[in-house]
Amino acid sequence: MTGVGVVFLTTFLASTVEAIEMVTIVVGVGATRGWRSTLMGAAAGFAILAVIVAVMGAALTAIPIEPLRVVVGALLLLFGLQWFRKGIARVAANGLAGYHGREPEDERGPRTGVDWTAFVLSFKGVLLEGLEVALIVVSFGASAGQLGTAIFAGAAAVVVIGAIGLAINPLVSRIPRSLLQLVVGTMLTSFGTFWALEGLGVTWPQSDLDIVALLTFNVVAALAFIGLERRTTSAALRVVTS
Amino acid sequence: MTVVRWLAAVGRFFYSFVVGDDWMVAAVILLALGITALLIANGIDAWWLVPPLAVVMTGVALWRRSASDQHKETQRMELK
Repeated sequence: MTGVGVVFLTTFLASTVEAIEMVTIVVGVGATRGWRSTLMGAAAGFAILAVIVAVMGAALTAIPIEPLRVVVGALLLLFGLQWFRKGIARVAANGLAGYHGREPEDERGPRTGVDWTAFVLSFKGVLLEGLEVALIVVSFGASAGQLGTAIFAGAAAVVVIGAIGLAINPLVSRIPRSLLQLVVGTMLTSFGTFWALEGLGVTWPQSDLDIVALLTFNVVAALAFIGLERRTTSAALRVVTS
Repeated sequence: MTVVRWLAAVGRFFYSFVVGDDWMVAAVILLALGITALLIANGIDAWWLVPPLAVVMTGVALWRRSASDQHKETQRMELK
């Protein structure tokens, strides 16, 4: 039997990686679209997750996670690309000053009722990443004969990362909306690409570290597009005013 | 009738969620995911296809939007 400390640390660190992805999506979507529907989506995701875990227990490892990764990843990638290009266009037009005057209709969710975009994004992020935490807990805990310790470590990782997400929320809220939309769009595009391809059976050369590589690649691309957009706009302005 | 209206609303939501304002980006990305699946089935670890294509399609979508904006601006100037 593996030592309690080793099982706790291994499960905690592995769960932390998944929890960071979960909290990043929830905080990013909440700050961009508003918190009410985002938290409703997260709560629904946790509720479904709790039912799945309660019903399946240790048989959780039998769930085929790949198809879920493909569906959730592809949806996040397609939606993320929309915010990615809107963010590029808006930062190129407005810089880091955010929007001047009226807010575009699609930038904030509806003032009344449920904002389904925020709900679905948050729900999918929590359900997929929560399921991955549960799988880590069951795999590590069952193989080491320390399921109780593994459950505690997995829950601790989600609580700690969730608390960090909550603590940095005031800072995130101060980021101009156009930049925030670009940042969240970049993250959704990167996570979506990673999950969809992993679900299809791709072996990423550097495993989870390739999420950072994808983020870097997309950030560099966004900066290049912003530069190009600005140059094109000033060239067009010169033609109009001449 | 209410069910039909509800289904139409759900359909509109998912169309706007997945496709958004540029259908070409969604079509190319879905095609690229399909090609990646085929390559993997044939033993090729094609992690390199979708990430650059997503960036290229972002450039194409931005260019299409910019060209359309410029066309509208030219028409507006001509009307003046």
